[in-house]
Amino acid sequence: MKVLVPVKRVIDYNVKVRVKADGSGVDLANVKMSMNPFDEIAVEEAIRLKEAGKAEEVVAVSIGVKQAQETLRTALAMGADRAILVVAADDVHTDIEPLAVAKILAKIVEEEQPGLVLAGKQAIDNDMNATGQMLSALLGWSQGTFASELGVEGDHAVVTREVDGGLQTIKVKMPAIITVDLRLNEPRYASLPNIMKAKKKPLDEKTAADYGVDVTPRLAIVKTAEPEARAAGEIVPDVDTLVAKLKEKGVV
Amino acid sequence: MAVLLLAEVTDGELSLDATAKAVTAAKALGDVTVLCAGGSAAAAGEAASKIDGVAKVLVAEDPSLGHRLAESTAALIVSLAGDYEHIVAPATTDAKNVMPRVAALLDVMVISDASGVVDGSTFERPIYAGNAIQTVKSSDAKKVITFRTSTFDAAGTGGSASVETIGAAANPGLSEWIEDKVAASDRPELTSAGIVVSGGRGVGSEENFELIEKLADKLGAAVGASRAAVDSGFAPNDWQVGQTGKVVAPELYVAVGISGAIQHLAGMKDSKIIVAINKDEEAPIFQVADYGLVADLFEAVPALIEKL
Repeated sequence: MKVLVPVKRVIDYNVKVRVKADGSGVDLANVKMSMNPFDEIAVEEAIRLKEAGKAEEVVAVSIGVKQAQETLRTALAMGADRAILVVAADDVHTDIEPLAVAKILAKIVEEEQPGLVLAGKQAIDNDMNATGQMLSALLGWSQGTFASELGVEGDHAVVTREVDGGLQTIKVKMPAIITVDLRLNEPRYASLPNIMKAKKKPLDEKTAADYGVDVTPRLAIVKTAEPEARAAGEIVPDVDTLVAKLKEKGVV
Repeated sequence: MAVLLLAEVTDGELSLDATAKAVTAAKALGDVTVLCAGGSAAAAGEAASKIDGVAKVLVAEDPSLGHRLAESTAALIVSLAGDYEHIVAPATTDAKNVMPRVAALLDVMVISDASGVVDGSTFERPIYAGNAIQTVKSSDAKKVITFRTSTFDAAGTGGSASVETIGAAANPGLSEWIEDKVAASDRPELTSAGIVVSGGRGVGSEENFELIEKLADKLGAAVGASRAAVDSGFAPNDWQVGQTGKVVAPELYVAVGISGAIQHLAGMKDSKIIVAINKDEEAPIFQVADYGLVADLFEAVPALIEKL
């Protein structure tokens, strides 16, 4: 079985986000970028399936700007076998919408015929939580979202999902799209020898046009603003003062 | 124009709070038809018909719709979509599972976690863990939206909408339910509680988390947790508050032993009053707290329980 893993290049999760003064978006120039943390978990899970003998090949895909090849090299250094970069934007500030990403991925799935697509449940930049579900819809495949446990057993997979009420376990028909949640695994760090080796692994470069997909956004960005800041509070000296303050406010 | 709203139905029961909040958001867009789908959904449909502002309720009961499976639920919504310009739901994990699938089947973009309605095609939504609010205008003929419930007040009850029973769509037969693991609790539900007490890494262990639960019970509060506490096994996943967990906006949020990573703040910074108890005075949580107490939680929390 081949496993396809879409990965996204996003602002590093430790970086403080700054909204551009002109309201056009978030400033991404000269900001540290990394692989979306959920996608790292997806890459790790795919590699573990390969190590367990349940997958033969792990293919990482990224859709975005040319610089996303760094993100793909990270996936290759972790253990993916090869990578496909689909250049769909010139400017790092252009975010390709999940619908367009899903359409490109659907074309790649047609070509590559993976038995499983493992994706992060959401990207920490646009927080859409949509690409996996959309890809599943376009392919008419089953979906198992927000996975915290995954067992692949021949023609089906058993997925434990993190949901509002607790945990839900479902059985999905293969081929399937699984989107992964935080507690599925702890991604490995790439070792230096593997980082060196990754530079020689195959990385195909394509464009959105190669797949005949129009990436024009459906959602026009009217403006991007800072959220309302909270007024500064006060440090209280002890528990008695805290209780008095809360009683004064009428909340306890 | 007409709006189809997917109600939050769990094991035949309507989640009134989440559904009524989404109704408030949806009312601005047109006449609201609520869809209650499930293995059993008639009682939920009856409850939904009483929400103020609901024009009509559709009830679809079928074994294939049980346990909120995405493929069959999305197929049902798509079969009904022709009559509606907006297809919406509260932004629960169920809806986040289903609605992007619906959107892709209709060849439109989904608008996830909308926190504001500007007009029929323009919506506000938080991005980057709530560090920016983006206003987006959809050019799609149909808009598929999930609403962040913490930013809308629940619509009242007192209505009497008509209820119509409909059939399920053909079951694609792609997935089946095995089991749910749901912790029973007498505490209020996290996303609708008036007070939330949350614990973080500083609490130190699952046993120590009982202290957080005791404070919560004293206050009649729901219990929350930071990602660090859930990852460490101190608390179950459904208690997680943050960018990828639940988003809450109670009257009072008490953060205990939580440092205040931006991913956690994303889930609670719209709370009316925030109290932080942490022994590290440099903890970022103090920057958003109305009242900060720099203290050892193992001394401060028992004292708080005694004095409240």
